[in-house]
Amino acid sequence: MTGTAEDTLRVSVWRGNEAGGALAEYRVPARANQTVLDVVTYIQRELDPSLAYRFACRVGMCGSCAMTVNGRARWTCRTHVSKVAQDGALELRPLSNLPVIRDLATDMAPFFDKWSRAKGTFQPKDAPDGAVPAEFAVVPPASRQREAADAGIECIGCGVCYASCDIVAWNQDYLGPAALNRAWTLVNDVRDGAKRERLDAVAGDAGCHACHSTQSCTERCPKQIDPSGAIAGLKRSLFWSILPGFR
Amino acid sequence: MNGVHLWAVQRITAMFLALAVVVHLVTILVAVRGGLSGAEIIARTSGSLAWFGFYAAFALAAGLHGAIGLRAIGAEWLGWRGRGVDALWLGIGLATAAFGIRAAWGLFSA
Amino acid sequence: MIDTRPRRHPAWIAFLIHRLSGLALALFLPLHFWALGQAIQGEAALDGFLRWADNGVLKFAETVLVVLLAAHLAGGLRVLALEFLGWRAQQKTMVAASAGVALAAGLLFLLNLGA
Repeated sequence: MTGTAEDTLRVSVWRGNEAGGALAEYRVPARANQTVLDVVTYIQRELDPSLAYRFACRVGMCGSCAMTVNGRARWTCRTHVSKVAQDGALELRPLSNLPVIRDLATDMAPFFDKWSRAKGTFQPKDAPDGAVPAEFAVVPPASRQREAADAGIECIGCGVCYASCDIVAWNQDYLGPAALNRAWTLVNDVRDGAKRERLDAVAGDAGCHACHSTQSCTERCPKQIDPSGAIAGLKRSLFWSILPGFR
Repeated sequence: MNGVHLWAVQRITAMFLALAVVVHLVTILVAVRGGLSGAEIIARTSGSLAWFGFYAAFALAAGLHGAIGLRAIGAEWLGWRGRGVDALWLGIGLATAAFGIRAAWGLFSA
Repeated sequence: MIDTRPRRHPAWIAFLIHRLSGLALALFLPLHFWALGQAIQGEAALDGFLRWADNGVLKFAETVLVVLLAAHLAGGLRVLALEFLGWRAQQKTMVAASAGVALAAGLLFLLNLGA
């Protein structure tokens, strides 16, 4: 904004719990360099100690501070107020598509349950009981599969993609972009031995086939991961696997 | 039919329809010049096994493709889910296809 | 009401257009088959229907349908490119191109109507 800077921000914050809630208004002093997390922290420390919200690292590494800012899911610690405030106004709500515990804190359990349902855990080949395999696996970093896996392994499970996905909103069983992205990284991990079970777990109306490529996940991911591409990869893998003669 | 098969049918019919629609659009654009008439349409299709075969396949693909698409909309926007609903969509898809093949036959034997 | 703020990016709009055009086409299709099926009653029946449809309102509706068909086709090719070929980088370009193709098809239809 050019001209005189706003002295105060008008911040609407959703207050409530699983039974319901409403927006509450607060006035927060505007500063030259201010993140949305700074704003939330100010409200809780100076104006209303009953406000519930989450944060941890404050530096864009943990993903705990994700919430809905002016309609879009973001990490509040990495969102500058100057970039998102509209005429000095901010609207903060908890992440979408998740049950609300209180105010800006959501219950992440369904998100991680779906991660588990998509078989998002590594299963070592040749050592199913968890023992260390006798030989090191040779995995060329520049191989197509390793590059596909590397493109998605930085996911920290912040839930922004899940909150941004309309299919998650419309289809309760849909595993969601993060769980499917994780499954794709494991499908491409040549050391993993559970490929068949994992592909079965991610197929169908609750799995990758429910994705309609709206690509909000890729658009919003704070780590520039591409769950849409991962989901398309899962569709391809499953497609070829139904053709006769596929190994 | 599991999820993979339904998706595969949707995408395979899509690929066929892509070609068929291009042919169809060009045919429409040419046919529409100087006004559309029954005589002109029937002159092209009457007795032509090629056109009949094309339109019959087109109708079948479109019927299935449309039904699978409507199924997704019904499930996501109206909450219609379950085996009964799936059977309904299959029925609608096949009925639409049959209706189209009937029309193609009508144009062939006119 | 739907919050449009998180939904204003190209791929989402393309999805919506693809879904709504598909819905319209799926609802139109039985009508289309019925109209053509008039041929079963002979050329005169088909001609009768075509003459009934030869007016401004219906020609406009037909133009809209042609645009929707072309839009659905172009959008569908974009989705197939993403799913089968893994084309990521050009998705937004393809969205823009799809819009262009759809409008071009409609325009060509209108021009040929008058030809």
